[in-house]
Amino acid sequence: MELLNVYQNNYLIVFVFLCLGVLLPVVALFLGKLLRPHKPDDAKYTTYESGIEPFHDSRVQFNVRYYIFALMFVIFDVETVFLYPWAVAYDKLGLFALVEMLIFVVMLVIGLIYAWKKKVLKWI
Amino acid sequence: MVQDLLHSSPGLANFAIFFLLGVVLLLVVLGFVTYGILAERKVMGYMQLRHGPNQLGGNWGLLQTVADVLKLLLKEDIIPKLADRPLFILAPVIAFAPSFMVLATIPFTDKFQFADIGVGLLYYIAVSGLTTFGALLGGWGSNNKYALLGGARAAAQMISYEIPLVMSVLGVILLSGSLNLNDIVHAQKGGWFILLQPIGFIVFFIASVAELNRTPFDLPEAESELVAGFHVEYSGFRFAFFMLAEYVYLFAMSALITVVFLGGWLPPFAFLGFIPGAVWFSLKFCVVIFVYLWLRSTLPRFRVDRLMEFGWKVLLPVALGNIFLTALIKSLFF
Repeated sequence: MELLNVYQNNYLIVFVFLCLGVLLPVVALFLGKLLRPHKPDDAKYTTYESGIEPFHDSRVQFNVRYYIFALMFVIFDVETVFLYPWAVAYDKLGLFALVEMLIFVVMLVIGLIYAWKKKVLKWI
Repeated sequence: MVQDLLHSSPGLANFAIFFLLGVVLLLVVLGFVTYGILAERKVMGYMQLRHGPNQLGGNWGLLQTVADVLKLLLKEDIIPKLADRPLFILAPVIAFAPSFMVLATIPFTDKFQFADIGVGLLYYIAVSGLTTFGALLGGWGSNNKYALLGGARAAAQMISYEIPLVMSVLGVILLSGSLNLNDIVHAQKGGWFILLQPIGFIVFFIASVAELNRTPFDLPEAESELVAGFHVEYSGFRFAFFMLAEYVYLFAMSALITVVFLGGWLPPFAFLGFIPGAVWFSLKFCVVIFVYLWLRSTLPRFRVDRLMEFGWKVLLPVALGNIFLTALIKSLFF
């Protein structure tokens, strides 16, 4: 029971920090609203484009490379999800776990080398 | 007293006390940001053979940042007509909130720590990843070409360097056998992890500079090509929160490096143990901060293609190799 309390209290602190992190911008922007001037003017609300008139929507088609990097990120981030518990429990698992994890990582490294050879990692 | 509080059952009273303590830390962090920015400008000034701010608040410009913040507070709030209003307003909050949340688990000394949770290191890495959304949403919501490019670059850079970042600390976790930051510090009694994990430290440090979006990896902001990157359209206090998030991350990352690689509050030699832990922590912390500032005034900005290739082709294989090297050494010699 005591330990459960400590556990819950520690996560309560994390929640408090989340509340503070959200509250500070909200409060500061609200206070700023009372202080700052408000003089609307059409020219002020145009999008900045180095001084020329902004033309068409800025959300254009994007380079596909960003998407491929996102995919690669997902693969290797999931790999770290497996590596973390392995690293924590490594003392108990021993050499066998090392070989097992080596096989797992080598498979992903083959994927990385494939992507490398396919020139996916090259940014133009 | 705090121990009793931690052992009592959680309720509104506990929430209120933690809230007040959190506010105190928030004020300390804001104070750090104020003088961190001043220190950056002063250090960079002297490195570039000029004085830096020296008008407001004496020769040291002690009130310069305060004046800058007040100026930002009094600026008119402008949201472009074409912007996506809800996203535009939400982005600075999303960028700032995780930067403060990560401070919850960092042990400053053996007694001064907020949340002592078992997965402290994982919590830090997981929460700090959220800031990418702030940059991406800010860039997307502004509906500006520069901002969109900056936001996309920020996302690409942050996710690319997050992988070496999380993989380089795996060596530390292997040696200490725990994700709890207190346990990691206690595991360094025999020797700091910067000595046992030199490769891991170098990879972590390079990746952390990229995660912090600082020069030489400040491509998302790249003034000379993207004006200001994802926050072109932001002005006044909304812009201030992007800046604030950046410097709170600098604080958090320096504290994390101190804890994980430099032995936290532990003295470098046992006979120096009479000096309190807080002094050691702040000394190491200042050294890390100074190295970040030094890097900024020494190195020019990377090119975007080199940046991505460096992350994937150099840092990632090195970090992976370091994990298995550490595991092998550990099972052979320990």
